[in-house]
Amino acid sequence: MTPALDMTAVTKRYEVGGTTITAVDDAHLEVAPGEILALIGPSGSGKTTLCSLAGGILTPTEGRVAVAGTDISDFGPRRLTDFRRESIGFVFQSVNLVPFLTARENLLVVDELGRRDRRRARQRADRLLADLSLADRAANLPARLSGGQRQRVAIGRALMNEPDLVLLDEPTSALDSTLGEQVMELVRRQMKERSTAAIVVTHDERVVRFADRTLHVSDGHLTAGRNVPSSV
Amino acid sequence: MVRLALRELRRRPGRFAAAGLILFLLSVLVMFLTGLAAGLNANTDGVLTTQRADRVVYSAVAEDQLAQSLVTADVRAAVEGVDGVAATGSLAIQQLGARLPDRDDRDLVDVVVAGFELPIEGADAPPVPGTGLADATLRERGVRTGTTVALGPARTPIEVVGYVDRAGFQGQGSLWVGPTTLTDLVAANAPGDARPPGAAQAVVVDVADGADPAGVAAAVDEATGSTSTLTTDEAAAAVPDIGGGVIQQIIGLTLVIAVAVTALFFALLTAERVGLYGVLKAIGARTRTLLAGVVAQAAVLAAIGAGLAVAAALAFDAAVPPDAVPFELTARSVVLTLAVLLGAAIAGAGLSVRRVARIDPARAIGAST
Repeated sequence: MTPALDMTAVTKRYEVGGTTITAVDDAHLEVAPGEILALIGPSGSGKTTLCSLAGGILTPTEGRVAVAGTDISDFGPRRLTDFRRESIGFVFQSVNLVPFLTARENLLVVDELGRRDRRRARQRADRLLADLSLADRAANLPARLSGGQRQRVAIGRALMNEPDLVLLDEPTSALDSTLGEQVMELVRRQMKERSTAAIVVTHDERVVRFADRTLHVSDGHLTAGRNVPSSV
Repeated sequence: MVRLALRELRRRPGRFAAAGLILFLLSVLVMFLTGLAAGLNANTDGVLTTQRADRVVYSAVAEDQLAQSLVTADVRAAVEGVDGVAATGSLAIQQLGARLPDRDDRDLVDVVVAGFELPIEGADAPPVPGTGLADATLRERGVRTGTTVALGPARTPIEVVGYVDRAGFQGQGSLWVGPTTLTDLVAANAPGDARPPGAAQAVVVDVADGADPAGVAAAVDEATGSTSTLTTDEAAAAVPDIGGGVIQQIIGLTLVIAVAVTALFFALLTAERVGLYGVLKAIGARTRTLLAGVVAQAAVLAAIGAGLAVAAALAFDAAVPPDAVPFELTARSVVLTLAVLLGAAIAGAGLSVRRVARIDPARAIGAST
């Protein structure tokens, strides 16, 4: 089976004030379709950079990145933009919904950015909102949603383009522990139902139990963690 | 993305109120200045712009000024002999004081009496001797068909038998008469200005069908050796400016300000939206897509502002008597001004392109680059 993500010997270096920083060093990573991977590590360890490389937001200095069999390592900015629109879902740390759009419209934005199929997009948005228990909040602006509801809308937006890979950056950091667990349960259920791979970047050790596999990131190096308990 | 931008305009109008108000006020200023410039021009060069003829022939020494020109009968005959000249007609003006009905005898109105032969806009032929056609300025002063105007010290009566539009000269109203009537008026009221028999200040020329007007003009000047032949637009442009040029400069400056205001507003808005644009870029929005939204917002703001300004200018045009303020709005000037204002706003918003292009989607996810 083609892996959802296949990173081979990936290194990312960048310059800060004349000094070369290696944010990710010789990373090898494979994520299977439907697999949920937790990346944990301290701030500045390189986990967000690794996630950005996987999602085509950054390009590697060395090595190869392939998403669902497509090698994106040499894609230019425009091709990467198109690729992200078609194949990657993002859930950001601070939610970042479009504030003047309703919950439903925030999902439909993904369709408006690309090749449009309005009818199909509307059907998919309504189905996702129902799956995320947000059908009765579809017409609400983000300001009239709770933190947990906003995060669920963001998850719906990440799934709108039927992605091969979803990247979640600290999805529970703005939520209390109960809401955080509910959101992670939802993420796990949605990914498993759709066989969509997900990488969850987190500081929060409690998130680990919702993942199939955990990797620690330290100073740009990946080290193996433990597998998910069977109870989840 | 344009739909998204328009939705933002609709749902958050307060966010755009300041920029919209400024664009509206600038549009009002541009519309009023445009109307004023057109009104002044109509009162400045109307004697020339109302001509239907293809070319105007001045004596070369007149430096393209109607009032300083003299074309003798011999020169006119030479013009008529040029191949491609279909018809010629004399054109001459004389400034006189006019006494209008229902006004005090000492309340003189400066009037330019224009004598013409070839058709002009609004008149296919000169009126019969002793009668004249009043322009809009005189009409607004109460002159009507059937009114008799007393001209000059001799108080020569001229009966108004019709009207012509947009026919003032150097800020004065005009009365259009036949060449004989003008000759009689000058002889009775300003004998010192009398011209030799058969002479006029200018000769207007109709070019024959199929002939090249520019070629005919050159041939005329070559044949006479003493004339300067211009298009009516060139002749109108040579009339000394009575303020229109300054107004055009103010309009230009106002448009520059409109560009600057729009650019500054959308630069600030873009700075505020860096996070949102970063997210949208991360999920697949192209720079040009985001920019299209910015430009669409600027275009709508400008269209609304300029549209309201047009309405205000039209209301002003209808409410204020034209003799109080020289103000003229035409469909062409309105459309042109709208287009220029729209272009200025779009250009201003377009200056955000670099700023939008530089927004890095990696920032949305908090990654270093």
